[in-house]
Amino acid sequence: MRRFELVTPASIDECLRALKGRGPEVKVLAGGTDLIAQLKVGMLRVATVVDLSGVSDLRMLDGDAQHGFRIGAAVTARTLERDSRLRAALPSLSESGALVGSIQIRNLATLGGNICNAAPSADMAPPLIALDAEAVIAGSGGRRKVPMASFFKDVRQTVLAPDDLLVEFAVPPTGPRSGGAYLRHTPRRELDIAVVGVASQVSLTDGVCRKARIALAAVAPVPVRATAAEQALEGQPLTPQAITRAADLAVEAARPITDQRGSAEFRRHLVRVLTRRTLTIALERATA
Amino acid sequence: MAKQLLSFTVNGERIETLVQPYLTLLDALREDLGLTGPKEGCGTGDCGACSVHLDGQLVASCLVLAMQARGRSVTTIEGLARGGVLIPVQEAFVRHGVPQCGFCIPGVLMSAAALLAENSKPTEDDIRYAIAGNLCRCTGYTKMIEAIAEVAGTGAASATGAASAKG
Repeated sequence: MRRFELVTPASIDECLRALKGRGPEVKVLAGGTDLIAQLKVGMLRVATVVDLSGVSDLRMLDGDAQHGFRIGAAVTARTLERDSRLRAALPSLSESGALVGSIQIRNLATLGGNICNAAPSADMAPPLIALDAEAVIAGSGGRRKVPMASFFKDVRQTVLAPDDLLVEFAVPPTGPRSGGAYLRHTPRRELDIAVVGVASQVSLTDGVCRKARIALAAVAPVPVRATAAEQALEGQPLTPQAITRAADLAVEAARPITDQRGSAEFRRHLVRVLTRRTLTIALERATA
Repeated sequence: MAKQLLSFTVNGERIETLVQPYLTLLDALREDLGLTGPKEGCGTGDCGACSVHLDGQLVASCLVLAMQARGRSVTTIEGLARGGVLIPVQEAFVRHGVPQCGFCIPGVLMSAAALLAENSKPTEDDIRYAIAGNLCRCTGYTKMIEAIAEVAGTGAASATGAASAKG
């Protein structure tokens, strides 16, 4: 690895001071499973690394199904996978954490890191979008909230300025009779990258869908919502026919490319299949 | 670029050492402390050969900066045995002849030890899940699974093991 200076702040304020006035040659280090690997292969070059491991506020995890959750940016994928509150209340997010890497990786990799790395295939992005979560960002001008649906700008590009710090995610309460699921397709079960990932979240009132959210990964430069599919479900009973129709509509939101992981045509097929499956699981969970 | 003072605990011993800020924990363990049990396979977190416990959690030490271990406790394969006595899963690896080339084995044992510390009765699926982050180029997974299952008393081999222990 090429040389860099390491700054080790103990608080969010210290971290912001370390970032202030710096440019893109400064990078924030959370779990390191993307950043250190990228530095090692020379994909990134930095002058300064700001290590977040001493900032315990970034690991906060608070909330419940009634009030929603605050999830610190440095909460690990392993915590998402295992925390009983998250498993029960936000199963799609928990499932996305469980799918990343191996246990060795998940004990390091963080929710904020997965989001800030901004890979089109980021597994934790679709669940956060489907949950209407907001990113809480601390910067030189104070704190602001950005909906996850508008956080990503392009491949590996986000709304974050160089001196911004992603602090936590605010996940609103899903309300009663709500269920969600995240599924992805990978050729291998472990240590792979999504060919396509789909998160669905549905909420019911008197057997009718009052709110639907469907978010897709690895089918566009950024994670996208399948809004036409969502609108086709809202106000309707979630019959198998309605779910099949929504899965067809979700394909229209995808703008996939052909690459080594799969062809555009295969990815469109996967969007249809995974949307149907996640909606079906989400419905089961909402009615359980 | 100045070295920084790293103060941490390795295999129960308090250590103070000067490290470059860009040194990985794996390199600090191997090059500075002479603990060559953890191996560098891929260097990018994919193979698990560098697995150690950081505050009891299984991590890929090739992706951790040495300075990120400041004030924390690291256990390597060298620290699993107590007073020269192998822990049961190490004994089982010997008994089953698990190691072939041996390169992956320190990492696999750290994964197995982490699994057994939090789940004393893992199923075969639990075991496979726990070692999914460890690649064995010799493909010696079957014996690993049998050895771990025997220690947990959950494998088919455990009945034989118990019988021979009594005999």
